[in-house]
Amino acid sequence: SQQVRGMATLKMISIRLKSVKNIQKITQSMKMVSAAKYTKAERELKLARPYGIGAQEFYKKAEVKDEEGEKGQLIIAVSSDRGLCGAVHSSIGRIVKTDIAANPNTKVVTVGDKVRNILQRLYAKNIAMVVTEVGRKPAVFGDAALVAQSIINSGIEFSKGKILFNAFRTVVSFRTTEMPLYSQNAVANASKLPVYDSLDSDVIQSYTEFSLASLLFYSMKENATSEQSSRMTAMDNASKNAGEMIDKLTMTFNRTRQAVITRELIEIISGAAALETKN
Amino acid sequence: MALTRSALRLFSGRFTQACQVRGYADAPSMSLTFAAPSQVLYNNISVKQIDVPSFSGSFGILPAHVPTLAVLKPGVVTVFENDGSTKKFFVSSGTVTINEDSTVQLLAEEAVPVDTLDISAAKELLAQSQSQLASASSEVAKAEAEISIEVSEALVKACE
Repeated sequence: SQQVRGMATLKMISIRLKSVKNIQKITQSMKMVSAAKYTKAERELKLARPYGIGAQEFYKKAEVKDEEGEKGQLIIAVSSDRGLCGAVHSSIGRIVKTDIAANPNTKVVTVGDKVRNILQRLYAKNIAMVVTEVGRKPAVFGDAALVAQSIINSGIEFSKGKILFNAFRTVVSFRTTEMPLYSQNAVANASKLPVYDSLDSDVIQSYTEFSLASLLFYSMKENATSEQSSRMTAMDNASKNAGEMIDKLTMTFNRTRQAVITRELIEIISGAAALETKN
Repeated sequence: MALTRSALRLFSGRFTQACQVRGYADAPSMSLTFAAPSQVLYNNISVKQIDVPSFSGSFGILPAHVPTLAVLKPGVVTVFENDGSTKKFFVSSGTVTINEDSTVQLLAEEAVPVDTLDISAAKELLAQSQSQLASASSEVAKAEAEISIEVSEALVKACE
C-alpha cells in the first residue's frame, strides 16, 4: 500500500507540475504583451503631457477655488476594466471609499468596471455613472469627449470636484494623484477672473466643457501607462513565483520517484533474500 | 532717481539695462504651449506673436496681451517665432488661454501644419458635408453637418 501511495502522489505531483508550467507560460506571455502596450502608452503619454499640463494652467493662474455650496462632491475615478495589474485599481478604490466616508454627499463616475466592483458593496448609491469598455484599446480624445459629454448631459451638479487617477512615474512606480475639477460657478467667482478680458458665460461654459474632456483624456493616458507598467511587473513576479514553485515541485517529484524505485528494489531484494534463506 | 542710476552705472555695467525705461517693445516675450492631444507643437517656447481664429473674432497675441480666454474656430493659427520665421497650422477647435504672466496655452483638438493639407481632399469633404446637411433629419444631425461644413470651408480656405 505504501507503493501505491507513492505512485498516486507521483501522478498528483506531475499534474500539478504541468499546470504550474502552463501558468508560467501564460504569465510570461501576458508580460510580453503588457511590455509592448506599455511602450506604446508611454510614447503617447509623452506627447499628451504638455496638452494635459497646459489644460490645468488656467485654473492655477486664475486661482480658481471650489465653490462654496452644498451641491456635494463629484469624483471621477479613472481606471479600467481589466485586472491582474497590481495595486492600480485598489489604490483608487481605497481613496474613493475614504472620501465618501468623510463626505457622504459624493457622486462617483467610474471610468472602468474595476472600481465599480470595489465600490459596489458599500457605496452603490454613490455611483452616478459607469464607463465600460475601457482599457482594451489606447484612449483617444474622442473617448474622453464622449465621457465628458455624458457627464455634462446627465446634469450632475457639484461644488467640489476631482479626477482621481494613477500618474505614471517610472516603470516600477506610479502615484495615485488627483486633479481638481471646478464647476462653472467656481470659475465665474474666481478671484483673478476679472483680470481676464471680455469673458461671457458662453465662453466660460465652452471653456470648462472642453477642459473637462482634455483633463479626462490626460488622466486616461497617465492611468493607461501606469496600468500597463504595473501589469508588466505583476506578471513578471507571477512568472518568477511560478518558476520557484516549478523548481520545488520538480525536486519533490524526483525525490518521490526515487523513493518509489528504492521501495520496489527493497521489496524485490527482501523477497529474494527470504527465498534464499528458506532454501 | 538719476543720481541712483548713475551711481549704479559706476558700480557695474550690467545694471544699466535694468535701469532703462521699458516700453512695450521690450516686454518679456511670451511663452507658448501649443499642443493637441496626440502631439506637441510648442512646449513653453518663447515666441513673438500668435494669430488665432476664435469665435469672438480672429486676433493676434503679442507679449503683455490682456489676459483672456477664447474658444477656437476652425482656421489657421500663425506663429511668429523669435528668429523671424512664421509657421502656420490648421486647427479644428479648442481653447486659447492668455494668462497674466504672458504665458499662452493653445490647446487644439487637432492641429496640422498647413502645408500637409490636400486641397482636393478638402473640397471633397466640403461637398460631402453639404450633401450631409441636405439629407440631415434630426437637429443633432443637422448641427453635426453644419460643423462639418464649417471645418471643411476653413480647410479649403487654408489651402488657398
